[in-house]
Amino acid sequence: MLNSKIPAGPLDKKWTDYKGHCKLVNPANKRNLEVIIVGTGLAGASAAAALGELGYKVKVFCFQDSPRRAHSIAAQGGINAAKNYQNDGDSVFRLFYDTIKGGDYRAREGNVHRLAEVSANIIDQCVAQGVPFAREYGGLLSNRSFGGTQVQRTFYAAGQTGQQLLIGAYQALERQVALGNVTQYTRHEMLEIVKIDGKTRGIIARDLVTGKLERHFGHAVLLCSGGYGNVFYLSTNAMGSNVTAAWKAHKKGAHFGNPCFTQIHPTCIPVSGDHQSKLTLMSESLRNDGRIWVPKEKGDNRRASDIPENERDYYLERRYPAFGNLVPRDVASRAAKERCDAGYGVGTSKQAVYLDFAAAIERYGRTQANIIGHHDATLEEVIKLGKEVVKEKYGNLFDMYEKITGENPYEVPMRIYPAVHYTMGGLWVDYELMTSVPGLYALGEANFSDHGANRLGASALMQGLADGYFVIPYTIGNYLADEIRTKSIPTDHPAFVEAEKEVSDRINTLMSIQGTESVESFHKRLGKIMWEKCGMARNEQGLKEAIVEIQQLKKEFWSNVKVPGKIEEFNPELDKANRVADFIELGELMCLDALQRKESCGGHFREESQTEEGEALRDDANFSYVAAWEYNGDSKWNLHKEELNFEIAKPSQRSYK
Amino acid sequence: MNLTLKVWRQKNSSDKGHFETYQVKDISSEMSFLEMFDVLNEQLIKEGKEPIAFDHDCREGICGMCSMYINGRPHGPWHANTTCQLHMRAYKDGDTIVVEPWRANAFPVIKDLVVDRNAFDRIVQAGGFISVNTGNAVDANALPIEKHKADESFAAAACIGCGACVAACKNSSAMLFMSAKVSHLALLPQGDPERKNRVLNMVAQMDKENFGSCTFTQACEAVCPKEIKVTNISRLNGEYLNAAFTEQ
Repeated sequence: MLNSKIPAGPLDKKWTDYKGHCKLVNPANKRNLEVIIVGTGLAGASAAAALGELGYKVKVFCFQDSPRRAHSIAAQGGINAAKNYQNDGDSVFRLFYDTIKGGDYRAREGNVHRLAEVSANIIDQCVAQGVPFAREYGGLLSNRSFGGTQVQRTFYAAGQTGQQLLIGAYQALERQVALGNVTQYTRHEMLEIVKIDGKTRGIIARDLVTGKLERHFGHAVLLCSGGYGNVFYLSTNAMGSNVTAAWKAHKKGAHFGNPCFTQIHPTCIPVSGDHQSKLTLMSESLRNDGRIWVPKEKGDNRRASDIPENERDYYLERRYPAFGNLVPRDVASRAAKERCDAGYGVGTSKQAVYLDFAAAIERYGRTQANIIGHHDATLEEVIKLGKEVVKEKYGNLFDMYEKITGENPYEVPMRIYPAVHYTMGGLWVDYELMTSVPGLYALGEANFSDHGANRLGASALMQGLADGYFVIPYTIGNYLADEIRTKSIPTDHPAFVEAEKEVSDRINTLMSIQGTESVESFHKRLGKIMWEKCGMARNEQGLKEAIVEIQQLKKEFWSNVKVPGKIEEFNPELDKANRVADFIELGELMCLDALQRKESCGGHFREESQTEEGEALRDDANFSYVAAWEYNGDSKWNLHKEELNFEIAKPSQRSYK
Repeated sequence: MNLTLKVWRQKNSSDKGHFETYQVKDISSEMSFLEMFDVLNEQLIKEGKEPIAFDHDCREGICGMCSMYINGRPHGPWHANTTCQLHMRAYKDGDTIVVEPWRANAFPVIKDLVVDRNAFDRIVQAGGFISVNTGNAVDANALPIEKHKADESFAAAACIGCGACVAACKNSSAMLFMSAKVSHLALLPQGDPERKNRVLNMVAQMDKENFGSCTFTQACEAVCPKEIKVTNISRLNGEYLNAAFTEQ
């Protein structure tokens, strides 16, 4: 039975009450307790720093050459916090409510409320670390709005918020490394969990430089290994982002929660050809100022500048007057797909819509002209001034767009299209962030817990840091307090030997196939199946076909993949083969999960379940649960349902109209 | 377009290494430079040859992992750019492109175009942080910071730690990288209590890592993908002198 361990009592007292009663570990005992952390993004780096500060003996692993490169670094727009610095009606409750509603009522109230409670502490902590957030002239912190909310609660550092937050956490982590509390293993990949007597006791990792396998003991293991968007091959994730750590844990008994919940981000640079290796996001913050439109005429091939105002369809403003261009991501993405599928798309591929800054440039230009007392400025002068303002706000994003597309977005509207960006699903965890395997935790995007079926913008950074800085330091003590008598287990224990053998057998098998098709081409084929049949819109027939196709692909992979090079050397192709093998298995589970969830909710859109206006139609009577999948052997899973109870935020049809 | 590539191949850190020449065909001008390498690697795998190892991850210019020395310039010909954001419209049919790894004593080659940059982590460990334990912080708005200082600090903090500055420097100095970190923290009031030890310890670590000295040719700024300014080096020197003369 799944026990989510949500503390009893009123929603807003649960976390306080938990902290007041959880077990503590005294400082002398902490020094003897070893914790392994896999991944060094916001969740992993913050957890490693915080646990190191507390005095635990920490080992931290990342596959990149430095912890600072984890993909949190690429988050652009911002981080939410219920500070109410703008006096615009924000509160912990409102952030909680927006997140539950934005997630389309598929997240736990208890977890989400805790997230909203600690959000303010995160901003304080980051500022103390020296994170250079954007400020107003008075020296105080600046905020902006983001999709799915009507208050300004997003803190940011230009379009590089993730970078600045990660560097803050990385510096805190490096400080602990210098103090000897944390040992850092770069260019290492976790390939297996080691369990002894039902508890997690360590990992098998591969040194990616030498190719050698290593055994590491830990009283507890924290997986902070990010999301699995790369199952689609093309996504905004980094090339190395992978599901392997989470998947190994899944196969060792950790349930996988809501695997089909994928976020397709509305504003990404469209695909330009078959050579494409990844997609690039244009921050959601651009929707604050950019207006999204397509021509009113089907197949209109005129240049954007030649299409007069009254022949443009600002379809988000038309369909959702209350939120306009700031509707949540799932809604914006589907609306773009709807227009393109109906034949209104723009650009050569016709799989794109415009994101236009002309109005914002003029508006900002006028304000700026007034500020400098130039009240009779010509339109040309106004536009010049406006471009400077827009450059300050979004300059790095505009530059990036121009480098990739060769077009200047100050002059012509950006072309954008939705792309896979984030995975709300992940390892199932309880309130303490522990998976269904004792001693094994999952933090950040790697777990399923806080975003339901759709994540609001600027909430991923918040969750990663909440889990690492402010949740795990308490909840891990509640487990480790009972482990103080467990001495460090030598890694020649049979469980380590056996786990290492499993890994090395698998690698040997991969290397011995020597077929004809590259790892990359299998990954591309998997991505195509997933995007077409388990992407922005899903239906029963497509999902059933996808499962068969993926099973077939898996057979082919294990009989025809070609991995060059040797095992005991730096071999990126082998690293990739390990990851793609796991993505293939995950893909099947995602389709299975999407198939059983016959409702539409958040980013999961089942074509069979929609309103007359084409909006996602939830089915609370039958699907108000978390789907937690237990691995039960090759292509076999058992479904466990964790019922969701909404005591405070009563589910209603989401409306942004 | 069709191109000739001369790429540095080196089996491991003890191998001597050499250039190999490859031909790539039908490269689209919309491809990124790394996608062109993907095409080449697929071709090599098909031919039963070993693909070229190169570092890359986010492919959107922010993680700092990619690191190719292209025709004698880190990250290639475009200004304020990373290798992953370089696109093939920068080249024309028939071009020959020479690709090498970052070259510096402090960055030993691991394989082909991949180098070990852990020295940067160790410099940060020496003092590139503010010592504040989790939970110690006061309210974020309790400490107003002048906007222009916060902006200047941010501009320095934008460093992605790629090491192009070292690769471009004739002395393989890490001064631009280190000065960016020192400036980021010295410009903020939160960084003030530790500013002297920070700069002394970080400089000492840089020397220990075998980076060269700075002779201020400013080659680093010219190639920095994030346009980190050499004025940060001046600030670092000021910070260092002040700390060295007033050290307790």
